[in-house]
Amino acid sequence: MSGMVLGDDEWVDGWAWEANLKRESKEIALSLPPLSPPAQDMLGLLSSIGAMGMATESQFHVLAVDDSLIDRKLIEKLLKISSFQVTTVDSGTKALEFLGLHEHDQSKPSTLTISPNNHQEVEVNLIITDYCMPGMTGYDLLKKIKESSSLRNIPVVIMSSENVPSRISRCLEEGAEEFFLKPVRLADVNRLRPHMMKTKLKDPIQEKHEKHEDKDDETEKPEHVFLSIFLLEELHLPKRQLVILPNHIHVLESERTKLSFGSFGVDFGVTTSYVSGP
Amino acid sequence: MERNQMRRQLALIRQSFFDQGFLDEQFIQLEELQDDANPNFVEEVVTLYYRDSSRLILNIDQALERNPLDFNKLDNYMHQFKGSSTSIGAKKVKAECTQFREYCKAGNSEGCMRTFQQLKKEYAILKRKLEAYFQQARQAGPLETACRSRN
Repeated sequence: MSGMVLGDDEWVDGWAWEANLKRESKEIALSLPPLSPPAQDMLGLLSSIGAMGMATESQFHVLAVDDSLIDRKLIEKLLKISSFQVTTVDSGTKALEFLGLHEHDQSKPSTLTISPNNHQEVEVNLIITDYCMPGMTGYDLLKKIKESSSLRNIPVVIMSSENVPSRISRCLEEGAEEFFLKPVRLADVNRLRPHMMKTKLKDPIQEKHEKHEDKDDETEKPEHVFLSIFLLEELHLPKRQLVILPNHIHVLESERTKLSFGSFGVDFGVTTSYVSGP
Repeated sequence: MERNQMRRQLALIRQSFFDQGFLDEQFIQLEELQDDANPNFVEEVVTLYYRDSSRLILNIDQALERNPLDFNKLDNYMHQFKGSSTSIGAKKVKAECTQFREYCKAGNSEGCMRTFQQLKKEYAILKRKLEAYFQQARQAGPLETACRSRN
């Protein structure tokens, strides 16, 4: 089978991998080094994502915050159409309650705690909030979330009917992932998934890392495994085009796409023909 | 009236809303959210809008009777009103909202009151038109507007 197979040392350097992809326009076989348990777990996650395909998306839960009844109805519909689970609330205060945040200690905002029960029951993968709300604004809500050790990793998106550059930059600086101008459209909502994916996939790596503390860190390249998974998700590949072998992932047939994750930027084009069998 | 004829007429009426500036692109966005799971989504949203905003209209009417006018409060009300109107694509109503807010910023009482009368007029006209449209749509059966494709 023709194609570019990356050797172990090529895989070590993510940037070299990127360079290779740009040069080649063939099907890509991503060859991973012998996988450590954490990486194997990731691979397991990947194959289940590949298997479930679109079904995975329904697992993402979005909390939408807006004081306008109409806008709540709209955002709920937009999110449901995109196969997200949705909860809507009409204020920042209610949002914090839903997230299980209790302001026990007003003097130390960083010690906002989550009651154990709530943390287990309510998993929120993204919060999308209106900026202009009476009482607690979307910006205030954003700040509280980013100040909370337990909630700060939840991506937050701000919506506003007003295009005020200083407002936008303030929100982005405070940690908002995106700023949508109202009325929000399906194209905007389509931008949400990558933000949720990052956090969803990050946690398993970190958990497993903790469990395997005694393992030799040299053999683990979790960022690279993450990259490959993210890459494959970005390609939106249906299962038949994703062939997963113990040390090998075959990616068949894709279109030109740009993937960026953190500091990794990969721009590549792949034209392939369907290959049956290894 | 024969069904196809009803639908053709309905399509013409719908187009006239855009041509005459009553509705804008946002209304089409709403239509695109309508699907088999929510076949009356647009009508539901519009109904919700009229119910929700009637409260605001009352508040603004009352606020306009004060002397002197509290422009800050009026602007706040209108910000909300404009938001909802924008969300359903009510183009003319939205334009009146914008005008009203300009007068608030300028502290122009006369302008505010005049604009609000105009706003209420546009609001009522649109309501009548849309109510008639939805009723006719129900009679004609499912219409091929900008709906999400179902495979």
